[in-house]
Amino acid sequence: MAKDFGIGESVKRSEDVRFVTGNGKYTDDINRPGQTYAYFLRSPVAHATLDSINIDEAKKAPGVVGVFTGQDIADAGLGGVPCGWQITDKHGDPMKEPAHPILAHGKVRHVGDPIVCVVADTYAQARDAAEMIDIDFGQLPAVVDMKAAAEGNPTNVHDEAPDNVCYDWELGDKEAVDSAFAGAAHVTTLELVNNRLVANPMEPRCCIGDWDSSSDDYTLYTTSQNPHVIRLLMGAFVLNIPEHKLRVYAPDVGGGFGAKIYHYAEEAFVTWASKQVRRPIKWTSDRSEAFISDAHGRDQVTKAELAMDAEGKFLALRCDTLANMGAYLSTFAPAIPTWLHGTLLAGQYATPAVHCRVRAMFTNTVPVDAYRGAGRPEATYILERIVNKAAKELGLDQCELRRRNFIRDFPYDTPVAVQYDTGDFDKTLNKAMEISDYANFEQRRQEAASRGKLRGIGLSCYIEACGIAPSSLVGALGARAGLYEAATIRVNPTGSVTVLTGSHSHGQGHETTFAQVVSDALGIPFESVDIVHGDTSKVPFGMGTYGSRSLAVGGSAIVKAVDKVVEKGKKIAAHLLEAAESDIVFEDGQYKVAGTDKAKAFAEVSLAAYVPHNYPIEDVEPGLEETAFYDPKNFTFPAGAYLCEVEVDPETGKVEIIDLFAADDFGNIVNPMIVEGQVHGGLAQGLGQAMLENCVYDEEGQLTSGSYMDYAMPLAGDLPMFTVSSEDGTPCTHNPLGVKGCGEAGAIGSPPALVNAVIDALRDHGIEHIDMPLSPNRVWSAINAASHKQAAE
Amino acid sequence: MYAFDYQKPSDVDSAVAALKSEGAQPLSGGQTLIPTLKMRLNMPEVLVDLSGIESMKGISRDGDTIHVGAATTHGAIAKSADIQSAIPGLAHQASRIGDPAVRNRGTIGGAIANNDPAACYPSACMALNATIVTNTRELSAANFFLGMYTTALEEDEIVTAVKFPVPSGSSYQKFDQPASRFPLVGVFVAKTAEGVRVAVTGAGSDGVFRHEGLEQALSGSFSADAVGGVTVSSDGLMKDLHGTPEYRANLIKVLTKRAVQEIG
Ligand SMILES: Cc1cc2nc3c(=O)[nH]c(=O)nc-3n(C[C@H](O)[C@H](O)[C@H](O)COP(=O)(O)OP(=O)(O)OC[C@H]3O[C@@H](n4cnc5c(N)ncnc54)[C@H](O)[C@@H]3O)c2cc1C
Repeated sequence: MAKDFGIGESVKRSEDVRFVTGNGKYTDDINRPGQTYAYFLRSPVAHATLDSINIDEAKKAPGVVGVFTGQDIADAGLGGVPCGWQITDKHGDPMKEPAHPILAHGKVRHVGDPIVCVVADTYAQARDAAEMIDIDFGQLPAVVDMKAAAEGNPTNVHDEAPDNVCYDWELGDKEAVDSAFAGAAHVTTLELVNNRLVANPMEPRCCIGDWDSSSDDYTLYTTSQNPHVIRLLMGAFVLNIPEHKLRVYAPDVGGGFGAKIYHYAEEAFVTWASKQVRRPIKWTSDRSEAFISDAHGRDQVTKAELAMDAEGKFLALRCDTLANMGAYLSTFAPAIPTWLHGTLLAGQYATPAVHCRVRAMFTNTVPVDAYRGAGRPEATYILERIVNKAAKELGLDQCELRRRNFIRDFPYDTPVAVQYDTGDFDKTLNKAMEISDYANFEQRRQEAASRGKLRGIGLSCYIEACGIAPSSLVGALGARAGLYEAATIRVNPTGSVTVLTGSHSHGQGHETTFAQVVSDALGIPFESVDIVHGDTSKVPFGMGTYGSRSLAVGGSAIVKAVDKVVEKGKKIAAHLLEAAESDIVFEDGQYKVAGTDKAKAFAEVSLAAYVPHNYPIEDVEPGLEETAFYDPKNFTFPAGAYLCEVEVDPETGKVEIIDLFAADDFGNIVNPMIVEGQVHGGLAQGLGQAMLENCVYDEEGQLTSGSYMDYAMPLAGDLPMFTVSSEDGTPCTHNPLGVKGCGEAGAIGSPPALVNAVIDALRDHGIEHIDMPLSPNRVWSAINAASHKQAAE
Repeated sequence: MYAFDYQKPSDVDSAVAALKSEGAQPLSGGQTLIPTLKMRLNMPEVLVDLSGIESMKGISRDGDTIHVGAATTHGAIAKSADIQSAIPGLAHQASRIGDPAVRNRGTIGGAIANNDPAACYPSACMALNATIVTNTRELSAANFFLGMYTTALEEDEIVTAVKFPVPSGSSYQKFDQPASRFPLVGVFVAKTAEGVRVAVTGAGSDGVFRHEGLEQALSGSFSADAVGGVTVSSDGLMKDLHGTPEYRANLIKVLTKRAVQEIG
């Protein structure tokens, strides 16, 4: 019955009907009676003391109902914006964790730091009033460049973090690495920058705080990827509101990419202040504001060294990374360059020893946190770039060098603390080579050369870790939360099913994929399954959506809850069918007595559960609703091989992406079309990072790329159609669906593939590396400098 | 946005009269002005919308001159059969501005009055030796564009039309700035009776300019090789996130060569 909508079918996304007809309901579409509007006056300077703030005129301005400063927040005794992960440094000490006030108090630390909030009847009035506020700034020198910050900068962003170091962390066996280097036949070194990015979801952040004067309950409507996490962080650490008095609701959310995971000051402010002004308060970010208030991504500088024997077998890898935290620690920031980065540095290779050191730096810039891939793209970029450089130095084909080092026995314990359960790296590489016609690349290169174009092909073999878990492990690593997922299966009396999931969909298509899983498992029509998410007042609990965890963790919780429903149903069916429970089998939506034609449909059993006239009431409670929490045993490890083919115009340095061939192993696939769409989106973001996007600050800490006039987003026309394949994956061994996660892969695997392709295209120029983004100017400058060098030689 | 009054006159005289009031500013397609209003970078007291003035719209050919009303949209210029056949470089230039929404609203008058250093049309105007017509006078392009965001327009003076002499060949080559997709460098090459004219936008720190060296070389021999022999200095060229002066100088040569090849 459910076959056309079951697991493995490319079911069209049911949520798209409302999205493409303009009927999506986003936070900004919600308006509460008596609602007011907040405008945050933000710091125009990167680093300064707040010598005086005069709000007298603003308070008297038309429509103003409240003007709040950091002093008001301090007087109210509210907590600061909390950090959800504590890193222990290499000496065993906790990271430096300076206060992150909701409104700046005493000092501002980045352009965009909120200083005053004006609440008024209309947004324009709030903004008008904000213009009447006078602030005296005592300008301080700004710490912008991480390298300079690390080399004894006299200015400190926070007094409690001397030298601007948040932590100095390491992972791996340093001695083993040092001795492997001492005996290496060849060492390849590379310094690279992982460029800073702005997430830029299409929907800017928005939140509404709504305090109820009769119940003293608070509701926060917000653009979040994980409403329960926000309830926990904001309720417990900032506002001291217990869970039962606080509802967090994230309705349709127009893209997150990581930037909507975190708990932001604006959320806490509108929730708290709605009680102060006794009216709901809405804040909607505009695009310019998003650039200086949404957490940024990436921003690392790494020196990497790879030691090899004479045959190109990897002996050891050493990495020394500076990671930018920005001015304050965002929710998961400390975990990104450490446990989500260092642990992936083995990649697909059996490198016996790996050591990585990471220094996290405070700077006078917007906080930096997870962005699609989070740590794993940075690790993959380092590894896949240095492997290609090594191949070039050794005179080996890029595919061949990788094959000499692939891990082939699973489970495999890496030297960086994780265990890969399964994978088949030869298979994905073979597939990528096949779909790209790698063997005949040389012909294509020559044909391009006849047109004056430099054609190159670049490989990247990534592995990533999704569904961070188990909770006991992440707790030991410093997470201040568990990383399980919850689901409730509510079978309604006539057999339709409402699924309450703690995962949150903001573009991923859960309403379709999850419904397929349930419809397949219960043998009921796809249309009979409704997926409810995003509302803490409805869903029992949840940790949300990020790190490609939704299907692997959230989907597994759903499967567990479905299993419980089926088990209870068997008891009821046994009674109705007058058979022993052990003789009941559940197949194709029917409870059957094994070996007979006696059966009861799923809906008959659910009706009996709610109308228990003929019912085993002594043994079984009425009703049919089950909740399950699923805590995974391990990460899942999606992996794949990406080949990117480019043509460079040597006269202008412009790179044209001819195609990107992606062969992914995501384990089992529930909806191939949605998976393909996720890969396309990831590739667009990864190629955007590699070719276009760059968040740049000047020496004073002003954001130079603070709008789309200067921050280059990828457009459809910049990208090829993509050739992707994710068939025949190796199923994950430890979750019930055998799925691994696909949301970030494209963004993780594609940047090094593109850079490798461009470096390959420039092979005759002796260019070893160009930092991302490979803008026309950068590529042309590299060609130009190389040509001058070659002419001089 | 701050509050403002709005007027929509239907002829030039009433528009000019309306513009005499304190803090009045013309509004054409709004594709530059509205974003600056939204960001509160500009606070006019009255916006005088020129889009209701029929006499400022449309394209006509009169002998060897193409007449374009200032309120004509980029989209209309791109699609005009007269312009496509007489000045293909101009039609192509208009077709490459922004996206369809921008082209269906933005106008040539607004673009040249604004004189953004990376605007496309100033290069066509300079290369084609266009005449800018205002409500009071006619100015040559060279006398109209006076540097970044600066023109010869007086207060209360509005552009009403642009007159383009028809050249024997024209080509516009735009190299996109990666973020804004405005030209990082744009080069307009026109073959005219008085010789070859090469105008460059997006590159000069003082706005649009003609490149004498390239013009001389091409007037001597209209060939890609002639371009190769010219040295384009990076002095006085803009530096920003997306291009160094040296890179812009290189693009000027490359784009000029491509324009010459296209004209043939
Ligand atoms: C996304 C985007 C991409 C763009 N890409 C490009 C591009 O690639 N190349 C390019 O050249 N441009 C580009 N533009 C700018 C576009 O061409 C604008 O339409 C143009 O610059 C302004 O024309 P407008 O009719 O919209 O003028 P408005 O925005 O209405 O006005 C602009 C200014 O001119 C004044 N003004 C308007 N009309 C007159 C007049 N008749 N007389 C005197 N003053 C007047 C106004 O007061 C205002 O100061 C882009 C714009 C956007 C939004």
